[in-house]
Amino acid sequence: MDTRNTKVMNRFDVTKRLIAKLKHEEAVIGGIGNTNFDLWAAGHRPQNFYMLGSMGLAFPIALGVALAQPDRRVFALEGDGSLLMQLGALSTIAALKPKNLIMIVMDNGIYQITGAQPTPAAGVADLVAIALASGLTNSAWAADEADFERLVDEAMSADEPSLIALRIDDKPGVGTTRRDPVQIRERFMHGLGVREPL
Amino acid sequence: MAIAEQQTSSQAGPGSGDGSWHSIVLQTLKRNEISLIPYVPDRVLTPLIKNLHADPFFTTFATAREEEAVGIVSGAWMGGRRGAVLMQTSGFATLANTLASLAVPYQIPLIMFVSERGTLGEFNYGQSLVCRTMRPVLDSLALEHHTITRLDELEFITDRSIKQAVTTQAPVALILNPLLTGGKTFDK
Repeated sequence: MDTRNTKVMNRFDVTKRLIAKLKHEEAVIGGIGNTNFDLWAAGHRPQNFYMLGSMGLAFPIALGVALAQPDRRVFALEGDGSLLMQLGALSTIAALKPKNLIMIVMDNGIYQITGAQPTPAAGVADLVAIALASGLTNSAWAADEADFERLVDEAMSADEPSLIALRIDDKPGVGTTRRDPVQIRERFMHGLGVREPL
Repeated sequence: MAIAEQQTSSQAGPGSGDGSWHSIVLQTLKRNEISLIPYVPDRVLTPLIKNLHADPFFTTFATAREEEAVGIVSGAWMGGRRGAVLMQTSGFATLANTLASLAVPYQIPLIMFVSERGTLGEFNYGQSLVCRTMRPVLDSLALEHHTITRLDELEFITDRSIKQAVTTQAPVALILNPLLTGGKTFDK
């Protein structure tokens, strides 16, 4: 595995670092559980979408947004366990090559929220190697927080989809997303300029 | 999103092609501005998929799983672009969690075309079994669904169902029965 020189970071900290970089109403899709809890805790933005189920679909949902709005950068935050549920999506994205899609994988090797059981990939599989082999040539591990920020900056102007993976610790999410799916969806559509509020 | 105000045509207009079921589906999608078509293929859907690929109005592509396709069109809808998912009966059977945790609670007008296998001459026992789970799942979530058996009803059902899905922000499944498509038989 190519992760041994990467620093173990914290999900909430790197999520805050990412959000601080967003100046152009970029869309952010938060995968289920801790990933979107920390997105919520980093401060709600109208361009945030929070999943409350459908584990593994953060990247496909973000792909749909990216195809609908090619001029907007679209981020997706996904956990390692979630990504393992939908590895085929990496090939779909590699085939379509949406240059405005940026995938971020938070890898702690565990299903933290269900009791910290190890994933089947923990210590065995390299998610960046999987992404590269799936055709996502612009995929990399972030070595530390500064490297993560550098990779995000690069991805913002890339002409192909980007995947950035981070090793993170076993801490739970900091906040708890308000579980109101209709309002989440409606406000996201307002944030993307698709609809006006009543 | 003012599709509700558009006229509801029950006539296949000019450019409806050869009057085949797949030509009618394609034209009805186009008229309703549905341009994003992820699919998991099915033998019966092959002429539709081929013609969608050939038409630059559509962005047509295969996904690895049906769930993925549902996620893609859900994201696209929220971004202002309409899509529909093509799949087979067995593929629909993989969707219960995605329907119950994404499309239904978030009120997304997910438009599904399901090529129906498992009935009217099925030769694979597993297909006939999984087919029996489809309508109970749809009914248990109170989802709108229609089984289309007649060519003369296809355009009306499809056009009206798409418009209803969009205006009521609710999923719909359009089940393409072998009586409409010919289905898949053992000698094919």
